[in-house]
Amino acid sequence: MSGSDRQRVLVVGGGLAGLAATIRIAEAGIPVDLFSLVPVKRSHSVCAQGGINACNEVARQQGYSEYEHFDETVYGGDFLQHQPPVYEMAHWAPKVIDLLDRMGVPFNRTAEGQRQLRLFGGSLYKRTHFAGATTGQQLMYALDEQVRRYEAEGRVNKYEFWEFLRPVIDEDGRTQGIIAQDMRTMQIRGFRGDAVVMATGGCGLVFGKSTNSVMCTGAAAARCYKLGVQYGNPEFVQVHPTAIPGADKLRLMSESARGEGGRVWVPAKKNSSGQWEPHPNSGMDPRQVPQDERWYILEEKYPAYGNIVPRDIATREIFSACMDGFGVGGGNMVYLDLTHKSPEFLETRLGGIMEIYRKFVGEDPVEVPMKIFPGVHYSMGGLWTRYSADADYARVKGGSMAFDLDREWDPDERPACGLDPEATDNMMTNVDGLYAFGEVNYQYHGANRLGANALLSCIFDGLFCGQGVVKYVQGRSSSPAAEVSAAIFERGERDEEEIVRRLIDSSGGENAYDIGRELGEEMTAASTVVKSGGRLESALVRLGELRARYDKLSLADTGMWTNQNLSYSRAVGDMLLIADAVLRGGLNRKESRGSHYREDFPTRDDANYLKTTVATYNTGTGQADISLEDVEIGLVEPRLRTYGAVESGEKEEEKATAGASGA
Amino acid sequence: MASSNGTVQATTRTVRFRIERSDGPGRGTRWEIFDVPVASGGEGSGSANVISCLQWIAAHPVTVEGRETTPITFDCGCLEEVCGACTMVINGKVRQACSCLIDDYAPNEGDEITLEAMSKFPTVKDLFVDRTRLFNDLKRIKGWVPIDGSYNLGAGPRETPDTQQVRYKLSECMSCGCCLEACPQYTLEVEPSGKGFVGAAVISQARYFNEHGTGSTLKKDRLDVMSGVGGVSDCGNAQNCAKACPKEIPLTESIAAIGRSTTFHRIKQFFSGK
Ligand SMILES: Cc1cc2nc3c(=O)[nH]c(=O)nc-3n(C[C@H](O)[C@H](O)[C@H](O)COP(=O)(O)OP(=O)(O)OC[C@H]3O[C@@H](n4cnc5c(N)ncnc54)[C@H](O)[C@@H]3O)c2cc1C
Ligand code: SF4
Ligand code: SF4
Ligand code: FES
Repeated sequence: MSGSDRQRVLVVGGGLAGLAATIRIAEAGIPVDLFSLVPVKRSHSVCAQGGINACNEVARQQGYSEYEHFDETVYGGDFLQHQPPVYEMAHWAPKVIDLLDRMGVPFNRTAEGQRQLRLFGGSLYKRTHFAGATTGQQLMYALDEQVRRYEAEGRVNKYEFWEFLRPVIDEDGRTQGIIAQDMRTMQIRGFRGDAVVMATGGCGLVFGKSTNSVMCTGAAAARCYKLGVQYGNPEFVQVHPTAIPGADKLRLMSESARGEGGRVWVPAKKNSSGQWEPHPNSGMDPRQVPQDERWYILEEKYPAYGNIVPRDIATREIFSACMDGFGVGGGNMVYLDLTHKSPEFLETRLGGIMEIYRKFVGEDPVEVPMKIFPGVHYSMGGLWTRYSADADYARVKGGSMAFDLDREWDPDERPACGLDPEATDNMMTNVDGLYAFGEVNYQYHGANRLGANALLSCIFDGLFCGQGVVKYVQGRSSSPAAEVSAAIFERGERDEEEIVRRLIDSSGGENAYDIGRELGEEMTAASTVVKSGGRLESALVRLGELRARYDKLSLADTGMWTNQNLSYSRAVGDMLLIADAVLRGGLNRKESRGSHYREDFPTRDDANYLKTTVATYNTGTGQADISLEDVEIGLVEPRLRTYGAVESGEKEEEKATAGASGA
Repeated sequence: MASSNGTVQATTRTVRFRIERSDGPGRGTRWEIFDVPVASGGEGSGSANVISCLQWIAAHPVTVEGRETTPITFDCGCLEEVCGACTMVINGKVRQACSCLIDDYAPNEGDEITLEAMSKFPTVKDLFVDRTRLFNDLKRIKGWVPIDGSYNLGAGPRETPDTQQVRYKLSECMSCGCCLEACPQYTLEVEPSGKGFVGAAVISQARYFNEHGTGSTLKKDRLDVMSGVGGVSDCGNAQNCAKACPKEIPLTESIAAIGRSTTFHRIKQFFSGK
């Protein structure tokens, strides 16, 4: 058998990123083994509600373009992104939507049968495509169905209920496969792969309660990090402004609620000098609060963007209103009000989230304003990856090629400043042959992700960078993983069995669930909306205590059949590592940018910190070594990020008002 | 953050959970009883639900008799009723555990809640079952739109808002299995035979793909399966399925629609001799 017949790719994770990659790679004729903790159809991506961004004809004719989408994304991200990947993604976005459309995604439609659009945070144009308020679920199912088709044709093998334990990297630093465990039989075994794509999602559970699914521990990323894969921008974690508090998770009320006209307000009264003061009876029935006693906190401060300012800004405004005593009933809650919209409109546009609110809170948002508060939502940081910029990027950056923004560019002729489609290293980690796609990849979103850009980045990674994986694998057809000696796999299996044995045998009396909960509480308190050097330091001390306790676990279940107790306990150890990188990254970054707000350093400091944080695991100290790396900003010059806030004295140009009004 | 809701007072009551446990396939079942403290009345703190109680038991695995035991094995993911993982039988009725609020099911001190695994799928352990058969049946009906590959070939077919609304509703099926658990015609297969009744969820998915412009090119293949062994004729029209579906998918309508299509399909086959 020739090498190429025996080549295959291992994709770890079957959310949008993993499924899109699987489709691209299998289509190219390379067999894929797809691993997931849960049946892929149940991956966390099903939670996404609001939509997916792309330039479209309506917006284009109002002056929007792929370039605007790119510019908004880097502005929204406070300029911390490498620009070429964002540029490429924005240009691919319309193609991604078309493909999803062909796959049968039931996007909402206009009377003419065109795809309906809505407003979303950080843009004055309607450029968000959606399927009710369950867009993620609908996109997931479309990709899942295509993968099922390839599975039926024998091109994809699914390993569902299998847990990824580590990548297998040979002495030359090349990825040869993975070690995984069957979560039913508990069998640990190695799998050979000519490339490995990590598409394992975010790490919300490090913060205890979040809007994420229970699998989002970040453990898979931590297991790569522990073996030398670098981690980028760990301190950048998005706190979403509008979630409903819950006993087990914070359930998201999508930004689309605001995009479709939802208004954020608190009961308040103006004093004699015209300043808002907390309402003496702020817990009263919201429907009885007179108009002039409603403080629309976002609309007043940001007249141009109003309720659709980016998330980090909305979150800080809501948070500080509550800290200043404006919260509803004196608690940590503000109103998100849709009651001025008609019930039919709300049902077709937002049915999915209205249903979640009714089910979990027991009130109808059609009748009563929703009560919401910020919650941990998304990790901009993730495994560090590289890329190859396309031919024109260096020219534009160096000034030898002009990029005339006033000219109307045909999207296909615009300078090639994105990614090199021929390259094999797009979104490859620092380890050869190990890729990171989707939320686990640190690219695209910088210091703050714009709403409805994550689904796009996941699918873009899979489709675009999936091509690079194919080329990479073709390039090693003469030395396939199938020919590597079994020894490195056996060693990996033994090491993982040893980790299991230590956990099972340990009898120190500590409980992993308690440690997980305390970790979440500490991380939420120290490292979310408002941070400070002192608080981060004390969190690191606390983390040290938790790590010491972790070494004294006792498992309640020591059996070797479907042991979820073991799986969770193992993941807690990995979450502690991610937490360490998050805290150290945040401590090192003595500035405020996007989601990272340091009260001791409240302004952005481009001279020192317009840089990526790179965390490298130090096997000696068991801690993250932090270094900084330059960011590629050759296309858009960083500018102040104010969103036209009234007190900033700047006024955001009234761009497409047509986009901001209407249905 | 939202948990640091300091100003709201909550009181605690005890809810008793009776849970049917099993150590693995063919290893029999037993009952264990747990008392779980549940906070109530805390506005904005969110009601406890069955999953949050199972998580509490995982951290405190001790039965009412004071016997130490193992945490309960169960399946869950999204915790907001969109992934379909956490389906189980609660107080005799199949539903999602994550959206099962304790304030509704056990509002008073000492109220009881009973949890059992679904009976129509092989048990892996405790409340955790194997629903592979459902996914296999989606393969049987070619549950996909046969696109010409993932390269850029422009948009898909246009669609009226009315058709979109119909398809959207059908597309919300999260393969949770409630409709199958509730169906008298759907029976447990320890090893999926590939011939058993596909059940309402899969019939409805066949309709979903037949309704799409490109998806309909595989209509004939789907109707072959639907008119064969395990197809729509196995349905006894009890309509339990529609009542059990948490997403309110119009299953009765889908069964009727596919029933009609298979009738035409068979007549056409009869006359064309194929
Ligand atoms: C409530 C909510 C709403 C959102 N709404 C939007 C929106 O409207 N628009 C938008 O653009 N973005 C939205 N997002 C963000 C977006 O949903 C996510 O960033 C995206 O879905 C992540 O997809 P993914 O493919 O990277 O990972 P995931 O979907 O998280 O999938 C991860 C996969 O990895 C597997 N996995 C993980 N660990 C292991 C392991 N150890 N072994 C084996 N397999 C493993 C899992 O089983 C799963 O299959 C939302 C997020 C949330 C929480
Ligand atoms: S109508 Fe058919 S599918 Fe539904 S429960 Fe009855 S027998 Fe089952
Ligand atoms: S049709 Fe309804 S009950 Fe049946 S699997 Fe789908 S969502 Fe669940
Ligand atoms: S956990 Fe996803 S439906 Fe309950």
